[in-house]
Amino acid sequence: MIEAFNFRVILEYLPLYLSGLWNTVWISGASLVLALVFAIAACVGRLSGVRWVTFLASFYIESIRSTPLLAQLYFLYFGLPTLGLQVSEWQTGILALSLNCGAYMAEIIRAGIMSVSKGQIEAAIASGLTFVQRLKLIILPQAIGVTIPPLLGQMIVLVKDSSLLSLISVLELTRAGQLLASDRIMPMEGFLMTALLYWLVYICLKALSTFSQKRLIHHSR
Amino acid sequence: MLHAYFSSLIDSLPVFFQGLWITIQVSGASLVGATVFGFCLGILRACQIRFIKHTLAAYVDIVRGTPFLVQIFIVFFILPEFGIQLEAFSASVICLTFYGTAYISEIVAASIMAIPHGQTEAAKASGLSWYQRMRLIILPQAMRPILPPLVGQYVLLIKDSSVVSVIGLTDVARAGWLTVQRIPEGLMVFGLVGILYFVICYPLIHLANWFEKRLTGEALHL
Repeated sequence: MIEAFNFRVILEYLPLYLSGLWNTVWISGASLVLALVFAIAACVGRLSGVRWVTFLASFYIESIRSTPLLAQLYFLYFGLPTLGLQVSEWQTGILALSLNCGAYMAEIIRAGIMSVSKGQIEAAIASGLTFVQRLKLIILPQAIGVTIPPLLGQMIVLVKDSSLLSLISVLELTRAGQLLASDRIMPMEGFLMTALLYWLVYICLKALSTFSQKRLIHHSR
Repeated sequence: MLHAYFSSLIDSLPVFFQGLWITIQVSGASLVGATVFGFCLGILRACQIRFIKHTLAAYVDIVRGTPFLVQIFIVFFILPEFGIQLEAFSASVICLTFYGTAYISEIVAASIMAIPHGQTEAAKASGLSWYQRMRLIILPQAMRPILPPLVGQYVLLIKDSSVVSVIGLTDVARAGWLTVQRIPEGLMVFGLVGILYFVICYPLIHLANWFEKRLTGEALHL
């Protein structure tokens, strides 16, 4: 098997892979930032107590969580042009990814906030802390500790999910592999190299996640 | 115009229902497979045998570190180079099972290892065999933390099954993709696709939440 593996063609396609890797990284990064915005908005909306805002936020979260990303991606990819919006493939991709990821992150953040017990907030009010102080000193330090590890886990999912953008012909890692596989009819080289690069990204993120978990546990003691 | 599209979408509903049936078959078969293998591997991982533990951890790491889309490309396009020709359906089921097993084994192993060691010791002292310990002591207690994430994993698996449409299996997602070529109303067509997935996944998500509330709530009560 190893004799059949053509390393030279991988070297030849390395620039394509690197630009694919770079696109995967920055698309994931941009989607992450947008997803956090969506997540915080949805989370605040869900906890706001205003009826129709809560309903809207819940509708967003539940409908995203109950449908596959592929359907959401195609929904936007084929749907936005019919609304008269001309957006490029990567814009559609980032929008779909961040809407998807935002719903999951909203639930993670909500769980983090809910994990701070009510007694603590009452105690903080009784101690005469202002709202900002309560948020800064009591709620956020505890909520962030609980939230960061699952958020990083969700980020790993986001990077992997970005592979679906290859289906709407965004040139990222999977698409680079596909191009090699179809140009040279070398699926083994193409897809194994893609898998390896994703795996390297995963290893980095996993190390970050382990590190943050250790730090946070240490910090909260 | 919109009305005409709508009625032709209604006409092509049978395609969507056939796709739904394929989705149910693919995800159902791989759910069963992944649960069986996942429990076996999870129990194996919880045993403290070093070699097995490390091998399984490596397997889980590889599955979790690569996108499902790439995995299915590898199975569908690379295996034929070694003379293994798979149909789209069996390739999908194998791939989804392989993928789901990794996640489920992780859930099972973590839950088993969370059970206090004293339980195993007491069972050993009572003269129970390994099989009896697992069946009577460990697994019944482990089911409590296993069930909510297991159902959550089922939902993820059903949703990920939409990816198999890329290798030409006509499931719901591909039914939508084929239809949108004829009816250029993306919102309508993929809205329908979304609704079909929603009908399956939404109750399951609520089942998972219900399990979580009931099972972990009771545990807290103790």
